[in-house]
Amino acid sequence: MARVLVYAEVADGTVDPAALEVLTRTRELGDADAVALGPGATGAADVLRRYGAARVFASEDAVFSDCVAQPAVLALEGLVREHGFDVVAFTTGYDSRDIAGRLSGRLGATLMSNVVALPSLDVARAAVFGGSRFVDVKLEGAPRIVLVRPKSFEARECGGRAEVVTVAADAPGDLVTARRVERHEEAASGPKLEDAPVVVSGGRGLGEAANFELLEQLADALGDAAVGATRAVVDAGWVPYSKQIGQTGTTIKPTVYLAFGISGATQHVVGMKGAKRIVAVNRDEDAPIFGLADLGVVGDALEILPRLIEEVRARKG
Amino acid sequence: MNIVVCVKHIPDPNLPGEMRDGRLVREGVQGTLDPGDEFGVEAALQLEEAHGGEVTLVSMGPPAALEAVRKGLSMGADRAVIVSDDALAGADALVTARVLAAAIRRAPFDLVIAGVESTDGYTGTMPSTLAELLGVPQATFARRLEVEGAGLRVERQTAEGYQVIACPLPALVTVTAGVNEPRYPSFKGIMAAKKKPLESLTLSDLGLSPDETAARQRVVEVVDAEERKAGEVIRDDGSAAARIADFLVEAKVI
Repeated sequence: MARVLVYAEVADGTVDPAALEVLTRTRELGDADAVALGPGATGAADVLRRYGAARVFASEDAVFSDCVAQPAVLALEGLVREHGFDVVAFTTGYDSRDIAGRLSGRLGATLMSNVVALPSLDVARAAVFGGSRFVDVKLEGAPRIVLVRPKSFEARECGGRAEVVTVAADAPGDLVTARRVERHEEAASGPKLEDAPVVVSGGRGLGEAANFELLEQLADALGDAAVGATRAVVDAGWVPYSKQIGQTGTTIKPTVYLAFGISGATQHVVGMKGAKRIVAVNRDEDAPIFGLADLGVVGDALEILPRLIEEVRARKG
Repeated sequence: MNIVVCVKHIPDPNLPGEMRDGRLVREGVQGTLDPGDEFGVEAALQLEEAHGGEVTLVSMGPPAALEAVRKGLSMGADRAVIVSDDALAGADALVTARVLAAAIRRAPFDLVIAGVESTDGYTGTMPSTLAELLGVPQATFARRLEVEGAGLRVERQTAEGYQVIACPLPALVTVTAGVNEPRYPSFKGIMAAKKKPLESLTLSDLGLSPDETAARQRVVEVVDAEERKAGEVIRDDGSAAARIADFLVEAKVI
């Protein structure tokens, strides 16, 4: 059986849910172990074993959260050399990308990113051309590194009782020079973007930052809804990055996605085309977003939004 | 401060892409400097203006990549190195990083800057692989970047907000689109670019063996995704809001 090591990011004691998805899929294909590094890793290990990790490698050492990538890369290299993993699987989280990239260089291992399916442990599927096509890529050598996009698989518990193995944290001085010296979190309210059943989203077509308030009001009126945005408006500084949907940013699969003033650039579409239903409002009748909307409205989002807020309030009574 | 900026020539992102033999067609396609790389060039130029030194562009790609490099030189970079070799068609991210590392190592450097991900391949890990091969620390997803003492202070974008990374030089940094507003090449800049040093290298110039530059991955199949079908498109005549509300009721979210 091929052997897989799944790297699970841990933040504030919580395991990246995408890592549980990857673990669920890879244990169908081979023997899957998991690794969690940094404060909260022991608690994470409990979750990872429930989702079927055969063994969990863990360390609570703060060097893994304080220092950028390099101590984790050294620890992963040690695990690969000791246990001979065929595949090391990551999610596409920020820290995962840093660590996976460096590990590829350190081990001379080929790497495939943005994976959405694993037909086997040496073939990875990724979306190209804005998700209109997939490529199946055969990966050679061992280990092979894959980075899997969130929501590519369903996570299933299987009640395992994996042994937890402590990982040594012994990075030498030259690997601990890049340090996180401050952490800032932007306050968020309402359901999380990736979990909300309805996402109300805006792009450049909204004209200016202040108009995002209309989206907030609509989300409020709907109740269980979150506000999202395109990369263009995040780059323009209208809304914080945490609201960005797309290739970089969050991948969502809500029941309904409402797009206001969004043209439908590839970078955005990749993050939202998994929505069950899509409604798009745009002044430009040639906007690519209309090619995937179940209901498209050619019109001015700023005129329609206030009326829609009233309609929703009235119907919710 | 000697700064290296990694730049990539990509097929025009506004044109529909084409694939042949499981690879993106790059030859004979109208191309451009990856728009994501303009932020890296701008960041380097700002640091050069503040702290002196030199900005070198490094690129790997077909001979057409010259076009992308020219744009970076027109913006103000001082010199460029292009690695072109037929053996590099189909290179994976690891091979790309090996080639760029070999090209960068030929001269001393303080800082390497790259975009977060390319606009055509968007693997998003090549710069980290490059940092590992160069043996330097990294700070990725920079939305702000400044020199502090003998090192760098980088505001790194995260899903929840940002972190501040402190890091000594030499180092590698990747920049997001939020980091600055790239300048347009001036006419003077475009004319000056034609006279700037431009070095073209092959794999043998870099002393890389065929084994080190062989991709360990290949496309075995291209599959069409299930197409989302376009639904009804209406023109707003004042009733669109009610129509959308009906749709939300049908979808059971109201």
